[in-house]
Amino acid sequence: MSLITPDFGLLFWMTLIFAIVFFVLAKFGFPLITGMVKKRSDSIEQSLRDAEEARKSLKELAAEQKKLIEEARKEQARILNEAATAGDKIVQDAREQAREQTTAMIDQAREEIRIERETARRELADEVTNLSIEVAEKLIRGHLNSAERQNALIDKLIEEARASHKTVN
Amino acid sequence: MHRIRSFILWFAAALLLLAPATAAAAGHEASEPGELDMKSYIFGHIGDAYDWHITTVNGHHISIPLPCIVIDDGLHVFLSSRMEENGYTLNEDGKLVNAATGKRPVDISITKNVCSLIISSILLVVLILLTARWYRRHDVMKEAPKGFAGLMEMLISMVTNDIIKEGVGKDYEKYAPYLLTAFFFIFLNNLLGIVPFFPGGANLTGNIAVTLFLAVCTFLAVNLFGNKHYYKDIFWPEVPAWLKVPLPLMPLIEIIGMFTKPFSLMVRLFANILAGHIMLLGVVAVIFLTAKLGPALNGSMSVIAVLFGVFMDILELLVAFIQAYVFTMLSSVFIGLSRQEPAHEHEQLETTNN
Repeated sequence: MSLITPDFGLLFWMTLIFAIVFFVLAKFGFPLITGMVKKRSDSIEQSLRDAEEARKSLKELAAEQKKLIEEARKEQARILNEAATAGDKIVQDAREQAREQTTAMIDQAREEIRIERETARRELADEVTNLSIEVAEKLIRGHLNSAERQNALIDKLIEEARASHKTVN
Repeated sequence: MHRIRSFILWFAAALLLLAPATAAAAGHEASEPGELDMKSYIFGHIGDAYDWHITTVNGHHISIPLPCIVIDDGLHVFLSSRMEENGYTLNEDGKLVNAATGKRPVDISITKNVCSLIISSILLVVLILLTARWYRRHDVMKEAPKGFAGLMEMLISMVTNDIIKEGVGKDYEKYAPYLLTAFFFIFLNNLLGIVPFFPGGANLTGNIAVTLFLAVCTFLAVNLFGNKHYYKDIFWPEVPAWLKVPLPLMPLIEIIGMFTKPFSLMVRLFANILAGHIMLLGVVAVIFLTAKLGPALNGSMSVIAVLFGVFMDILELLVAFIQAYVFTMLSSVFIGLSRQEPAHEHEQLETTNN
């Protein structure tokens, strides 16, 4: 059957023509195209890799920035907190000091008042003493206006002194 | 793909069953004028010829005469239309023979297939070189090709990356030009084979001589550059010793395997394309075979035949691509196998044990 017997003429031409086609295409066609395509795909791959790297470093940068901001915020909070504490402390201290001062002042005042009162009392006592002496003088003067009365009193006083002397001895 | 192939096989089988019946019917009634001779109809289309038949108008054949080149007693070159005048005639197989002696001379005529081969080869070279020219004239780092060059780039990249790189593996660049040439050669000729009028229509990739040549090319590519490991696996495979000595059973099987691989390539491409052509012709023939059954039946059958023909044509487009793809892929895989480096010793043992 002619269908499955290779024809010599066709085989001959096929060999010749395919060899020429292969030679031409292998020399001027395919390597150039595949080379160029490979070059481009390589460059695209490289660009993609670069972009990926850039994105990664950008991410890192952003993370770092975030961290920095976070730290700054923490620092700020810490400082604010510290300031608040310090303020509180100052106010507290001032209050304490004020109270102490007040107490001291009150104490001093109280002392002064006491001294003042003591002095007044002493003066009053002196006054009373003088007054009673004066009164007693007047009374005695009225009482001893006669000689016998005076003698009687002297006797009495001597007697008393003697008695007291005796008791002492 | 498997489904498509099985469908084609199924259909071809059905057609084969029908073919003798129709051929016989046609043979009986061939004497009647206006009757379709199925055998000459189908073989006229799928076979080779010394002229390129275009059409027949009122029983008058219109065809392009092609040059016949014959080495008999010296070189004879003449147009096929002047065959008789030069002392040659066709035998019953349609081959050129010496009219006086009836012997076949050395015949390297530009037949229909050779003519188609020349046209498609020129077309292929022009197409690829046009694409290459785009790359030579443009800076690839700045722009990607559009239009035709873009299409070609897509195809070439697809074949290079998906078929050749995967199949051959390391150093695939060395084989890429051959495999790419084979792919585009088969694909273009498959496509031209589907075109029903002049520059196309020849059944080139469905011709055993063409597929034989391509298979031989792959055979050479596989075996000329096979490495030590490949040849060791053929002549001294890792099997129990009694399979190798005294009777070299396994080496024999391996050597047969060397030839069956390209043989399967040859037959697969040949049979697929041939079957596609026969199917299309058969579907079209339905219109003419039903002509004498009356206008109603003929008309309805024609509609069915046209619809089915459209379907077959689209299927053939797919097959044209798939067969080019499969041929290139299997060639790549065979080349890749011949260049496989042995893995670690124990892994090697595992794979052979499996």
